Amino acid sequence: MAELTYREAVRSAMREEMRSDPRVILMGESITGYGGSYAVTKGLVEEFGPKRVMETPIAEAGIVGFAVGAAMGGLRPVAELMTVNFALLALDQIVNSAAKFHYMFGGQWSVPLVVRTVSGFGQLGPTHSQTFEGWFASVPGLKVVMPATPADAKGLLLAAIRDPDPVIFIEHSLLYSTKGEVPEQEGLEVPIGRAAVVREGTDVTLVGYSRMLLQALHAAEVLEREDGVSCEVIDLRTLRPLDYPTVVESVGHTHRVVLCGEDWRTGGFGGNLLSEIQDRSFDDLDAPIARVAMRDIPLPYSRKLEQQLIPASQQIVDAVRRMS
Amino acid sequence: MYRKMVQIRHFEDHAAEAYAQAKVGGFLHLYIGEEAVAVGAIAAVREDDHVLGHYRDHGYALARGCDVKACMAELFGRETGLCHGRGGSMHLADATKHFWGGHAIVGSHIPIGAGMAYAMQYREEPLVVLDFFGDGATGNGIFHEGLNMAALWNLPVVFICENNLYGMGATLAEESPVSDMMIKAEGYTMPAVQCDGMDVLSVYGAVQQAAEHCRSGKGPFFVEAMTYRFRGHSMADPELYRDKEEVRRWRELDPIPRFGDFLVQHRITSPQELAEVNEEVEAEMLEAVRFADDSPWPDPDSVDRWIYAKPINPEAPEEAPSMAGNPAGAAT
Ligand SMILES: Cc1ncc(C[n+]2csc(CCOP(=O)(O)OP(=O)(O)O)c2C)c(N)n1
Ligand SMILES: [Mg+2]
Repeated sequence: MAELTYREAVRSAMREEMRSDPRVILMGESITGYGGSYAVTKGLVEEFGPKRVMETPIAEAGIVGFAVGAAMGGLRPVAELMTVNFALLALDQIVNSAAKFHYMFGGQWSVPLVVRTVSGFGQLGPTHSQTFEGWFASVPGLKVVMPATPADAKGLLLAAIRDPDPVIFIEHSLLYSTKGEVPEQEGLEVPIGRAAVVREGTDVTLVGYSRMLLQALHAAEVLEREDGVSCEVIDLRTLRPLDYPTVVESVGHTHRVVLCGEDWRTGGFGGNLLSEIQDRSFDDLDAPIARVAMRDIPLPYSRKLEQQLIPASQQIVDAVRRMS
Repeated sequence: MYRKMVQIRHFEDHAAEAYAQAKVGGFLHLYIGEEAVAVGAIAAVREDDHVLGHYRDHGYALARGCDVKACMAELFGRETGLCHGRGGSMHLADATKHFWGGHAIVGSHIPIGAGMAYAMQYREEPLVVLDFFGDGATGNGIFHEGLNMAALWNLPVVFICENNLYGMGATLAEESPVSDMMIKAEGYTMPAVQCDGMDVLSVYGAVQQAAEHCRSGKGPFFVEAMTYRFRGHSMADPELYRDKEEVRRWRELDPIPRFGDFLVQHRITSPQELAEVNEEVEAEMLEAVRFADDSPWPDPDSVDRWIYAKPINPEAPEEAPSMAGNPAGAAT
């Protein structure tokens, strides 16, 4: 095991896969000299050159369209969209091109493409602080991955690059500097579509992913210490396809669930998750499924106002306390 | 080239008839009047060069030599269709023929063509990409993003703009500040020529020049073919926006008799031979319609096939992911 930051873990997945597969290319805005707006691709152009680490114009739809074409031409592009807010400009190419070709052309070819992008906030203002994983996860044909730990960031990105289908890989800006143990063995994948039980417990299941996984773990500690409540914590890791069996099994013995998300309550990913868990586990539930989500308000700039809205461990603790 | 143009014309006539009989549904965009563009352009490049275009795509498929019966069966929504009935009229494709599809989001395939060209350049293959679109697409941002990248990276892609004077019901004057679309290539320092899209030899010459330019590593090229669709935008079009006199004038420039006359005048062929071609093609199309009509519908249980090349089912983790849907070949 080696201790890496989340940022280093993402970078090392790209570096290893580029070393072993000459078809892999990176493209994105300010990813060469600048090193990427979150410094994830730093040093890669020096090692692999501008043909494989491509500086692009500021043209999100064009970048993804181009990457789709490069994938059809036999390359394995990893396109970086600076943040998920800008990915909205590329929605057409993601939804109508990448996600559709394998199906609508009758399985003649697939689009082995990874779109790496970033959620997060921190006084970035209403247009730069959004979270849209639910939108991507609603589209058949896409795979959607949101790692919470350095080990998963690396292993899932390796799996995503090797996957023949388009994968939306959403990182979190507030996780980049977090550290964790990462297996040293090169090229070790974490499979797409598998959740992980990261803490075992008996009284309530907390379901999270990305930054909210860390909030859920923190809430679990608080609840154990202050209330003697034992929380089981699940990291979804992949939002599409979603590993329902792991969630259902947990609910089968805890009988209570709190869904922990960062996106808006209305139309957010948690709403769909809630209905699916209810369908599968209704008879096991002893309490209504609870949800922690962003209030339906744009995230304002002012620190005081922003803090009011950001979902954190305290809301999870409160939700569990309301249940019992 | 004469035979190919006649094939497209007769295919479209039969498609329109089948639409009227409700055997073909949804959208149907006919290529009648524009045959010389696809045929001249595709004849001017190698068989292993890549082709993609927009939703008015029957002409590209047939000019590329896609199976006529499978094309018709796709319109009929049958399992024997080119895309097994998943795509329909707007999404014909045949990777084995390097025809990468009809694309129905206006302009979306313009950067895709550039990306394919990048893959060719990356592997130093001497191949070019032909990317067809309409005048209407030049108003969309994605057109500009695609041209910008193609020029920036010097990519071997020929952009072919079919200027048929309308984007659905919008006239050129309503959709663009310039009526010559080739002017838009200038800002990207892309060489451009205009050709007579009603003359198959004019298109052939322009695309030959363009492809040679791309193949020699000089970067992208823009060809504007001046053309006209004789029928409405789609079968639902009442054509309120253009007058019959204009349509009649353009019909006099019909590319098929025009090229036929040329061939006869130059004693390359005889009127009898041309008549025979027409008869043979008509028989081929009748056979294609019969084939489509008699073909089986897709199995209803197969509706969720091909969503993924590597399906992952967490509910049945013991099932090994299947690659069955991805006949590996062409792309991956
Ligand atoms: C992004 C997008 N907007 C609108 C449409 C609806 N639409 C389909 S074809 C068309 C006109 C396109 O005109 P042009 O590019 O000139 O091609 P033509 O039909 O004349 O061959 C429109 C507006 C669409 N398919 N995609
Ligand atoms: Mg037009």
